[in-house]
Amino acid sequence: MYDVLIIGCGIVGAATAFELSKYQLKVGIVERENDVANGTTKANSAIIHAGYDPMPGSLMARLNVRGSALARELCAQLDVPYLPCGSLVLGFSTEDEVLLKELFRRGTQNGVPGLALLTGDEARALEPNLSPAVTAALHAPSAAICSPWEYCLALAETAVRNGAQLHLETAVTGLTPTADGWRVETSRGVLDARYVVNAAGLDAQAVHEMAAPSSFTIHPSRGEYFLLDKSEGDRVGRVIFQCPSRVGKGVLVAPTVHGNLIVGPNAEPVEGDDTATTAGGLAYVRQTALRSVPSVEFRASIRNFAGVRASTDREDFIIEEAAPHFLDLAGICSPGLSAAPAIGEYAVELLGQAGLALERKADFTASRKRVRFRELPPEEKARLVAEQPAYGRVICRCETVTEGEILDALSGPIPPRSVDGVKRRAGAGLGRCQGGFCGPRVLELLAREQGRSPGDIPQDKAGSWLLACETKGGHADV
Amino acid sequence: MKELICIVCPKGCRLKVDEERDYAVTGNSCPRGAEYGRAELTHPTRVLTSTVRCVGGAHPRCPVKTNGPIPKGDIFPAMALLDGVTLTVPVRTGQVVVKNVLGTGVDFVAARDL
Amino acid sequence: MYDLIVIGGGPAGLAGACAAWEAGLRRILIVERDRELGGILNQCIHNGFGLHYFKEELTGPEYAGRFIEMLRDTGVEVRLDTMVLEVTDQRKVHMVGKDTGYRVEEAKSILLAMGCRERTRGAIAIPGTRPAGIFTAGAAQRYVNMEGWLPGKRVVILGSGDIGLIMARRMTLEGAKVLACVEVMPYSGGLNRNIVQCLHDYDIPLYLSHTVTDIRGVNRVEQVVVSQVDDRRQPIPGTEMVFDCDTLLLSVGLIPENELTRQAGIAIDPRTNGAVVWENMETSLPGVFASGNVAHVHDLVDFVTAESQRAGTAAARYVLEGEAAEGDALEIVNGDGVSYTVPQHVRPGRVEKACDLFFRVNRVCGPSRIKVTSGDKQIAAFSRDYLAPGEMEHILLPRKLLDGASETLCVSIEEVESE
Repeated sequence: MYDVLIIGCGIVGAATAFELSKYQLKVGIVERENDVANGTTKANSAIIHAGYDPMPGSLMARLNVRGSALARELCAQLDVPYLPCGSLVLGFSTEDEVLLKELFRRGTQNGVPGLALLTGDEARALEPNLSPAVTAALHAPSAAICSPWEYCLALAETAVRNGAQLHLETAVTGLTPTADGWRVETSRGVLDARYVVNAAGLDAQAVHEMAAPSSFTIHPSRGEYFLLDKSEGDRVGRVIFQCPSRVGKGVLVAPTVHGNLIVGPNAEPVEGDDTATTAGGLAYVRQTALRSVPSVEFRASIRNFAGVRASTDREDFIIEEAAPHFLDLAGICSPGLSAAPAIGEYAVELLGQAGLALERKADFTASRKRVRFRELPPEEKARLVAEQPAYGRVICRCETVTEGEILDALSGPIPPRSVDGVKRRAGAGLGRCQGGFCGPRVLELLAREQGRSPGDIPQDKAGSWLLACETKGGHADV
Repeated sequence: MKELICIVCPKGCRLKVDEERDYAVTGNSCPRGAEYGRAELTHPTRVLTSTVRCVGGAHPRCPVKTNGPIPKGDIFPAMALLDGVTLTVPVRTGQVVVKNVLGTGVDFVAARDL
Repeated sequence: MYDLIVIGGGPAGLAGACAAWEAGLRRILIVERDRELGGILNQCIHNGFGLHYFKEELTGPEYAGRFIEMLRDTGVEVRLDTMVLEVTDQRKVHMVGKDTGYRVEEAKSILLAMGCRERTRGAIAIPGTRPAGIFTAGAAQRYVNMEGWLPGKRVVILGSGDIGLIMARRMTLEGAKVLACVEVMPYSGGLNRNIVQCLHDYDIPLYLSHTVTDIRGVNRVEQVVVSQVDDRRQPIPGTEMVFDCDTLLLSVGLIPENELTRQAGIAIDPRTNGAVVWENMETSLPGVFASGNVAHVHDLVDFVTAESQRAGTAAARYVLEGEAAEGDALEIVNGDGVSYTVPQHVRPGRVEKACDLFFRVNRVCGPSRIKVTSGDKQIAAFSRDYLAPGEMEHILLPRKLLDGASETLCVSIEEVESE
């Protein structure tokens, strides 16, 4: 019997588990996929927004501003790549300037620190590659960038280290109220819980409707992106937005914590979790981004991807007890990544109000550290390799990720099951060759360390098989 | 009449070979092209390269090749012969792996040291 | 202090080190990131290597084996499983290996021989889903030839470069069904011999002026959509063909791997994506040389060998005789029809008998004249029956002719009426 069972281990589920693991509670997390952070969390702009965008008084506004402040501490504590680079919203016309002033006003009301309205020239003094057509800008120094999947992973790992139980490849199929909580049917059997938290992302509506009458509709909205080579990584030093519209915050150009440049997204309504990219969508993203930063070199593209945001028919996040002992954390679209730790805090507060006994643990440990070989100074590298030779074997050439770092990932609290799982933990395959060189070597390490056949190791989710059969006797049957 | 691309040199002449007229070749720009065209239609041959299983070495497969051309029609039967072969290290380049492939007099030999 | 550190133990590094030894250097170190020498040749198990250099047809591993044998007779030191992390402009080389530890070695000269890598899906922005089953041809080649695994059973290949064509045959021989090879250009990027022996032999259709316009499948590739393109390489609506397949192999170009080169502040030519080099393969940083696919992508390993031998010999000369005296230098300019040249600069004073000049054309040409001019003056002309971007061209410019040039040398192509 779990005290609390969280459905979904994206950034929201992980942040909630992290918060709950501070208390003397039996916490469980069920995740449909074979890894955490495998939905919206892994495919977004990776921005910790300052918080000038949401309407004052909304949950979004409050949780965004609070979440951004928490992110700074958490990322430092949990060794998550985080860079407080600030952001600029660009204006190209007098109409835009009216909107920028409105954003400034909203931001000030939301409690965003350090906001400033700049002229076009002042903006270009900060960011020399901005278009000459920029006439004004809103500068938000508290905006930041992070590694969204490592953020989620760090929160989930810390929760697991502090006793939370993670059930991967476990899909919820039904919820039945019981005398003291919920009976949760899953693809791997029945779990009982006193409280259930719905952090199922795009599936939050379906999970909600297993427990309560329908009260919201998810309208998935897809955003497509370009990720450019590190050669473009310093094209801008800040997150560069255009003025937001009804559909979203528009196409941004931003550095990533890994040193690349990210460009996107558009916003297209889609069915379900359709993360395909399209020729039209990518062309739109390219053209729109060039309006902000005309010199972006799209020939340096190393990857395209798309993510789907769980927008709903409501304007705000849906954070409420939808049935007794059943808490929805739904409709967490942008700024969900920024708000996540505050959503976790708020969820615990609501569970407490609903009767969950909250006794602090004496032995909660919230620290996490991992070796990032590439970032060490030469003397440190030498010392580390002398102590543990596995750090001397470079597996991913593009990102200089060593066997030692991959072995660390494999022995972590949530061991990866796939090649991309290793990528999200150790960074192998993130670079310009996109795993062309290191893919086979990562596969070999996974097979060796986990005692699995190379043929059983997927690229990413279950079913994303990489190898069909052995040659010489393992004949293909076409 | 059969059409094919000459591979004797990078020029890639489009050859026409007339089976009815004693494999007369047209479209070639040199005598080597005519010879190639005739051979491709009368007795095409290929050197076949593949791998065999290998145990005890740095890799689970060892590359092999036929040490001479074999008839084109023998390619798949020759491939099938390799399925049953497992080498054990040490393997030396040139070492015979399958002798007299399909009675052609040509052998499969190892193509590296392992 | 080494006389020469060679970065990379593939065909370029092996030939460069052997030549430097031959030319008199004794303290030579090869640093190789893999667990064995030979580089990409180890996975190129097909034959056709060595026709120019050894005058016989060898497989890739055999070709590499010959040089590894030659190296055994020298005192060249080799560090395997060791990755170079940085080359400084002071010719200090930072390297790390499981068994060799973290070390910084100094060298009087350096040969950059890191080879190249393959362009990926992201570089060409193919729309669609992102399932497993999309491999670069080289990664698939490693799985099939070295690891002994077939990465898929029904295959479409995008790009008709040689590795793609070779893999069409290899996958077919190992039991896969290769449904199509798709090439965006109106001509193939591979050698005719490979078109015939890898595609025609196995009845694999080649679609020229076509490209992949959509990838479908959630977890694994399920379908690939191929469309015809117009003369601006834009897909033509209504021409879509859908292939049911589980694998898409990409053979869409190679990029010299020059991260170390850039870090060291060495000038890069955007046309080759390799270092700008002099006639002796020396880069803009004196004493640092580059050869093989790191300098420009070759189609025949024999030419990599020849170029690297020149580079190795030149490195020895640099160490033994000191820096080249400043003399008049000629800049080589790309004229009509030429997309790049290597070298990009020539110092006639450093050319002994003749200067090797490699280049690629930017279109398919019938009978043509290759003209070399300096200002208004024609220095040399060569005729060719046929020129194609897929085949690297080579001309030899005698020292005598170079002495008659000043400032620039322009290489251009002029098609001539065929007789």
